[in-house]
Amino acid sequence: MKDFLKGISHGIPIALGYLSVSFGFGIKAVSAGISVLWASLISATNLTSAGQTAGVDIIAVGGTIIEMILVQLTINIRYSLMAISLSQKLDSKFTIPHRLIASYGITDEIFGVCSAQKQKLTPAYMYGIILISAIGWVMGTALGATAGQLLPESVSNALGIVLYGMFIAIIIPPARRHKSVLIVVILSALTSILFKYLFTAVSSGFAVIISAVIASVVGAIIFPIGEEEE
Amino acid sequence: MNIALYVIVMAVVTYLIRMIPFVFFRKKIKSRFFRSFLYYIPYAVLSAMTIPAIFYSTGNIITAIAGTVTAFVLSYFNLPLILVALSATAMAYITRLF
Repeated sequence: MKDFLKGISHGIPIALGYLSVSFGFGIKAVSAGISVLWASLISATNLTSAGQTAGVDIIAVGGTIIEMILVQLTINIRYSLMAISLSQKLDSKFTIPHRLIASYGITDEIFGVCSAQKQKLTPAYMYGIILISAIGWVMGTALGATAGQLLPESVSNALGIVLYGMFIAIIIPPARRHKSVLIVVILSALTSILFKYLFTAVSSGFAVIISAVIASVVGAIIFPIGEEEE
Repeated sequence: MNIALYVIVMAVVTYLIRMIPFVFFRKKIKSRFFRSFLYYIPYAVLSAMTIPAIFYSTGNIITAIAGTVTAFVLSYFNLPLILVALSATAMAYITRLF
């Protein structure tokens, strides 16, 4: 119970962030012709911003199922890497049924907060953080889908940056402490810029994966981690 | 095509991507190279997702830069995630007014 409450408290900032980000998703889904109920169901079953946004685009134009599968795989494959990484710091209470449930909630932000924990991760802790985050995500979607059009454009435009602001807040503190993280992060950003302006044929999902893998391989070669950083 | 089919496909693919490695990766990874790679990957993913996309996130490059700088400065001082995110948003909104 203590772990669960700790998870809830660590999840509150994520939930607030999700509330504002998924608000934008709700607006987008409705303008793509999707009902409030389906928009909320998409958020409840997917719990991911980029994948859902791309998915709605495909639904809007009536794309094929194969395209849907490939797009989701490309955009979301990073979660596999995060899942492997988290699997290394699970408490012994994490039996297979717990793993089957908790894997639903591996998102960038939940992963970021979980991997920053010094202790082993317990199921109760992850359930707390996932529950509150998912509530924020689904509520924001429903609100955005119902009331989004009422919001002035200046506000909805400014809300576009909220998720990226959170990403920066996850990256900067460790980059400040460790030169190795700083260099990996800069290298990844530079590669991503190259894809955006030079190798434009590569889709944005693939660009993120390739940039991150190149930067992390270079980091692993030049700055292999010691035992204390696990 | 039925929307239910799309949503089921999205949900199942996304769940399997998360579930398979989380359930089946039970051993400690021995390779120092792979452990180092896994240590760096989340930061690298977030960085590549953010740069340069953040500069296009508000529909106006000036307001986006103002929000980005705000996020960098506040996170440099270790402020909480949500505070950084909402301050960046507020700054983007305020800059638009000028």
